Amino acid sequence: MNVLMPTSLAEACTLCAKHPGVIPMAGATDLLVHWPLRQAEHDKSYLDLSKLSELRGVRWTADSLTLGALATYWDVLQDARIASVFPLLPDAARQVGAIQIQSRGTWAGNIANGSPAADGVPVLMAYDASVTLASAHGTRTVPLRSYYTGYRASVRKPDELIVSIEIPLVACDFAVFHKVGARKAQAITKVGLVITRLASGSQRWRVVASSVAATIKRCPTVEALLNTGTPLKAPADLSAAFAADVAPIDDIRSTADYRRTVLARLLFHSLQGVYDGAAAP
Amino acid sequence: MQTTASNPAASTLQIAFSLNGQAIDIAVDPRERLLDTLRYRLNLPGTKEGCGEGECGACTVTIDDLPANSCLVPTFQVRGCSVRTIESVPKAELGPMLAAGATQCGACTPGVVMTAHWIKQHSQVLESQTLRALMAGNLCRCTGYDGIIDGVRRWIGGPQ
Repeated sequence: MNVLMPTSLAEACTLCAKHPGVIPMAGATDLLVHWPLRQAEHDKSYLDLSKLSELRGVRWTADSLTLGALATYWDVLQDARIASVFPLLPDAARQVGAIQIQSRGTWAGNIANGSPAADGVPVLMAYDASVTLASAHGTRTVPLRSYYTGYRASVRKPDELIVSIEIPLVACDFAVFHKVGARKAQAITKVGLVITRLASGSQRWRVVASSVAATIKRCPTVEALLNTGTPLKAPADLSAAFAADVAPIDDIRSTADYRRTVLARLLFHSLQGVYDGAAAP
Repeated sequence: MQTTASNPAASTLQIAFSLNGQAIDIAVDPRERLLDTLRYRLNLPGTKEGCGEGECGACTVTIDDLPANSCLVPTFQVRGCSVRTIESVPKAELGPMLAAGATQCGACTPGVVMTAHWIKQHSQVLESQTLRALMAGNLCRCTGYDGIIDGVRRWIGGPQ
């Protein structure tokens, strides 16, 4: 096992360019699961970012919140302003394991790991976050909604590192995070849904689904249906739109049918009282 | 600092950290988990392995004063850090846990005590989260949780 331990971001970028395919490591909470059994991964190369102080913490600017690549769930839970401005961030943070994971797991690691069952990614996507990537050649920022290209695949190039996540300060008048797991705590998501509605504008609804496609994803067809005020009388009225946006499968945690059914119900019931077109008969 | 280990015992990393207040300087295999370093290299077997996947909390230690699952921490990541294990908790403090019937087989107990001890020292965390939520990362397969929660409440001096 080859471990690279940079002491600055610039050094980390140089090492990343020199060692194609090196695996960036921050909190390691996903990488080390059942570690002794995963011999094949012991032979890979890792880039330990955990000591890069320039990537730590959360910062507010006039028009955004920036999470450094080493910002943990616990860091977010400690920031009272985040709880009032972006309440779904602590809602999601509390659902990621418990304190032992929240203290070390990072938001950027949740993005990089690319699990379709991630809990941090969907709320970031519902707040329309962007991801800043750095390499020895410079930095670029990409919208999180177009970050993933397939199952655990992304636009990040092998020599690029996630250095920060930016969340625009745009007012939402409705925001909800749903996670369905086998139990209330310490569970991995079977179906997840995050909804936000901008306080003004014509394209106000954002709908993000998790564990129902190869990646966490926005649901543009469902959003269009809500943005045009289409009347909804029952969860089934959402089925066709969801079918265009997600493709759930049967796996160890749930079934495609259960996921489809619950996803539509979660959205339909969340809309009661906040969406003019939705009324239970 | 860099190492290459394609062959199992080939290379090590020299790291320094504080363990229960004592300075440690040790050569570790880059593949080593903190849990194994503590148990098998540093002779501190109080920290237990349960699930090995960061769910049960039996391996809970604190790193820079925050609880962590030591099964998910590569030892080289604690370089420069302060690590505390169950061995650092004074035995005299454990009375309330025993009195409340908070232990049975004992496998989860060191982790439970580490999390509870941390909550006791940072009681402001109870202003924003319930004790049960803060203890959710410590699973017990024997007693059920009421005895544990009662014991922790008595210990930290909260409402019974």
